Amino acid sequence: MKPAAFNYIRAETLDEALDALAEYGEDARVIAGGQSLGPMLNMRLAAPDVLVDIMGLKDLDRIEFADDGAMAAACVTQARFMGRLELRRAQPLLHEAMPWIGHVQTRSRGTICGSLANADPAAELPLLLATVGGAVIAQSKRGQRAIAAADFFQGMFETALGDDELLLAAKFAAPKPSSGVAFREMAERHGDFAIVAAAAVADADGVTLGLGGIDAQPVVTRFDGLLARDAKAALTDHAKTLDPQSDPKADAAYRRRLARELGLETVLKAMERRHAV
Amino acid sequence: MAFRHIGTSPERVEDAALLTGRGRFMDDLPVPAGALHAAILRSPHPHADIRGIDAAAALALPGVAAVVTGEHVKALTRPFLVGVRSPIDHYPIAVDRARYVGEPVAVVLARDRYVAEDAMELIDVDYAPLDAAVDPVQAMDADAPVLHTANGSNLVSERTFDYGDVEQAFAAAAHVVSIETVFPRSLASPIECFGLIAEYDPHEDVYDVLTHFQGPFAIQPVMAMALQVPSSRLRIRTPPDSGGSFGVKQGVAPYAVLMAVAARIAKRPVKWIEDRMEHLTAAGSATNRVSTLEAAVMADGKVTALRWDQIEDVGAYLKAPEPATLYRMHTCMTGAYDIPNLAIRNRVVVTNKTPTGLNRGFGGPQVYFPLEQLMRKIGGVVGRDPLSIIRRNLVAPSRMPYKTPSGGVLDSGDYGALVEQALLEGNFADLENARQRARRAGKLYGIGYAACIEPTISNMGYITTVLSRQERERAGPKGGAQATATVAVDPLGGVNVSISSTPQGQGHRTVIGQVVADALGVAPDVVRVNAELDTGRDPWSIASGNYSCRFAGAVAGAAWRAAGELRTRLARVAAAKFDCPAELFDFRDGKIIHRENANIGIDFKRLAGESHWAAATLPSDLPQALSVTEFWSPDVLQPPDDEDRINGSAAYGFIFDFCGVEIDRMTGQVKIDRYISAHDAGRLLHPAMADGQSQGGFAHGLGAALMEELAYDADGGFLSASLADYPMPTACETPSVQIVHRETASPVTPLGAKGIGEGTTMSAPVCLANAVADALGLEQIDLPLRPAKLAAIIEARRL
Repeated sequence: MKPAAFNYIRAETLDEALDALAEYGEDARVIAGGQSLGPMLNMRLAAPDVLVDIMGLKDLDRIEFADDGAMAAACVTQARFMGRLELRRAQPLLHEAMPWIGHVQTRSRGTICGSLANADPAAELPLLLATVGGAVIAQSKRGQRAIAAADFFQGMFETALGDDELLLAAKFAAPKPSSGVAFREMAERHGDFAIVAAAAVADADGVTLGLGGIDAQPVVTRFDGLLARDAKAALTDHAKTLDPQSDPKADAAYRRRLARELGLETVLKAMERRHAV
Repeated sequence: MAFRHIGTSPERVEDAALLTGRGRFMDDLPVPAGALHAAILRSPHPHADIRGIDAAAALALPGVAAVVTGEHVKALTRPFLVGVRSPIDHYPIAVDRARYVGEPVAVVLARDRYVAEDAMELIDVDYAPLDAAVDPVQAMDADAPVLHTANGSNLVSERTFDYGDVEQAFAAAAHVVSIETVFPRSLASPIECFGLIAEYDPHEDVYDVLTHFQGPFAIQPVMAMALQVPSSRLRIRTPPDSGGSFGVKQGVAPYAVLMAVAARIAKRPVKWIEDRMEHLTAAGSATNRVSTLEAAVMADGKVTALRWDQIEDVGAYLKAPEPATLYRMHTCMTGAYDIPNLAIRNRVVVTNKTPTGLNRGFGGPQVYFPLEQLMRKIGGVVGRDPLSIIRRNLVAPSRMPYKTPSGGVLDSGDYGALVEQALLEGNFADLENARQRARRAGKLYGIGYAACIEPTISNMGYITTVLSRQERERAGPKGGAQATATVAVDPLGGVNVSISSTPQGQGHRTVIGQVVADALGVAPDVVRVNAELDTGRDPWSIASGNYSCRFAGAVAGAAWRAAGELRTRLARVAAAKFDCPAELFDFRDGKIIHRENANIGIDFKRLAGESHWAAATLPSDLPQALSVTEFWSPDVLQPPDDEDRINGSAAYGFIFDFCGVEIDRMTGQVKIDRYISAHDAGRLLHPAMADGQSQGGFAHGLGAALMEELAYDADGGFLSASLADYPMPTACETPSVQIVHRETASPVTPLGAKGIGEGTTMSAPVCLANAVADALGLEQIDLPLRPAKLAAIIEARRL
């Protein structure tokens, strides 16, 4: 469990980081908190020639709460984001879900953007971004572009980021007024990646349900005009359309069961909270 | 004698360093000049012939000193000796054929571990994959792939035993109740993995290995014979600290041999630190076992006979001391029950899995899993509550010491009284109400029980029960369990104690300090305990080490006796000095005082000094009063008799557990509402540590029950190589256990203490399984009780 040799660049400025990515492209990996990439390096599941460390870029430690959403720049740790008082009002779904991400120790180093860029199909943050919507900002020497949340996750550990692009910031869209949200997760142990995680946002026109752990990327479904009494049938039908993975921890049938039951519970809870607002 | 320190719970002397991150573990120790770092290339195949190994590219990498393969090792070693003679050759590295995923195939020695791992990727091994034998029952089929061609089949040992009149008991039974269980593999997973530094001195032909090997030191001669040196030329030294073992670090032994040879080949010291993936894959494992158990039962639930059929899967090789997992419990296969008739059929099978070894509980979980599920099932058959079946069958106190049909001597205890005490203190009535309330509310709630014997201080001869009487006669008698301790006084009255119990974090040094302080009437801080062991310098025996819960009973007992002998000698010095009988001196408060005349006395410090400074003035018939080494072996540990009866352990604790669990109807997750674990472990030397052992033993049992499994696919592929794939309970998943104690002093051990470290690991898996089966309305259930499995049952049974 020792990594293969790599060159290490600790970027002092954003330009330095972008230069390195432009030069080394797919042979380089960006490291921020290193909570996923570190073990992958040690197990030699990743063996980049160059590691570009961005944690020295103080400008990228920004958090912004605005009317249209909450923004975390590349170096914002999960713990710092979670600790902001504004989060509860601005992003109630994240406020509820973030304690489920790993442990205090991993959240203290792991970043918001790092988890998104890693795109683990069972991780909470990709599910949350895909569910609430929003965008990420990709930056390279070529320029800056916004990638909509719906287009960002492209498969297991795959995103729309180019080899020379840095995930500069992520923006979680603000919920519609008087939305209700809920999050539920099933994992064998506290802090594990989810077997299935469900995130729901209910607004006046219907419910958005995101499911993690089911497919290679978060599965987000919109149920327009859903009524509570129809939710059970809707989730039963929805679960039948899913084709979850099987592994020693949980087979496809179990994941489908959780998608149906946990999904239903989460949807109903979000609807109930909307009415409570 | 009244104790001042024994039975109290002082802070542990070990903790200041451990809690401030200043423990000295294998990887913290200085490395000898010129040392090379080893990495092990391991087989990715469960079963494959090795047609060739091309290490040229690896050897060409700058920083690589050597690549050691099976061919080199075979040339310098002999196969490991095991208790069962068979034509199976086991070397610490694959020779011509790899037989499990993770078996060492080559060792790279390089200037650091990074380079060694780089080089590993450059080694080209030409494998010809073979079909694998994975399931132990199918492995005995005539057409199963055979691991060791010379053995002809995968069955390496079969023995049957018959005690009492089993046929008659079954013929007379009102009911015959049977159960078949499959017990999965798991691993106790210490936080520190294996590590060692091996050196070879060519001038004196001496191998020297510094490692946290935990014993039993019966394996030291096994290692020496493999290395083809007299055992005096294999020096094993232990580091100051070891980060847990739970039996597992016995498994470092083959690696010690492998790296000793590697050091000889490279002519440089070799350091090797195992990583977690290696550990999960290849360190060892508890055995998986398929058991069929039948009981002859009277109408009232009284069991009169048991008939066992056990198929033990030891993995790819029989690794010493296996098949000890199977035979440790041979002595108490009737559990905590008074059952006069017993038949056993034992088969030991090799499969394409990691070889097994010591793991906390060692054979206990595998036995109690079928036995205690059967007791519950008997309740269902005779129409009684499982608890009443346990009560009906427990060994009565009037029967103590109770001789089991297979020769065990349960030394002491009132099992029924502990059960009643546990039910009372654990508020069992309330638990039954909770179940009723929960079920009325539509919840899946169950109660489970387990009553178990915890054997402590293993008889070194129990493993020979696997041999026939004739084979035993040829091999010579084996029995006993020598524990050793040395107590010495220095010129200023300081007391130095050394023990050969190789602690792995349990706090042995604290407890020995308490024991010796009480024996000599001095303050514990006067006593300094050294638990590092050097087989080239210190007293030790083949029984030395840290296993079978032998510390409290045997090692602390040996220290007590050594200190007692030293006290007797010092009293004689005082007697000569004051011209009065030695028996009249009390040792207390750092003084030696005449019991009837407080004016006569001397400071302990002063008297100890005279033993050093004025040796010439001591009584001429007195042996020195400086240092006493005690070897203690309980005389109840004899070799097996001609009828295959064996008292496998010196003392036997008793455990009674019960619990209430609720199963989440949606997720299938088990939530432990309450868990009560009651123990009679004899005299408790340090009650807080005893509680810690119970709590920790429970955590291991909980892991095995709910989530841990070293899993293989049908082709022998290994599925649990990382902690992401091998979940273990963390603090969040481990509830606090309510611990109940009853102290019945053992008549066998010097201080009346028995072990307590393994009990709850034996009882918890089946106690939880019984509770889950109760909640789901099942007769029985196999482990692990993972949510997906339980959810499928809930769905299938429409609960």
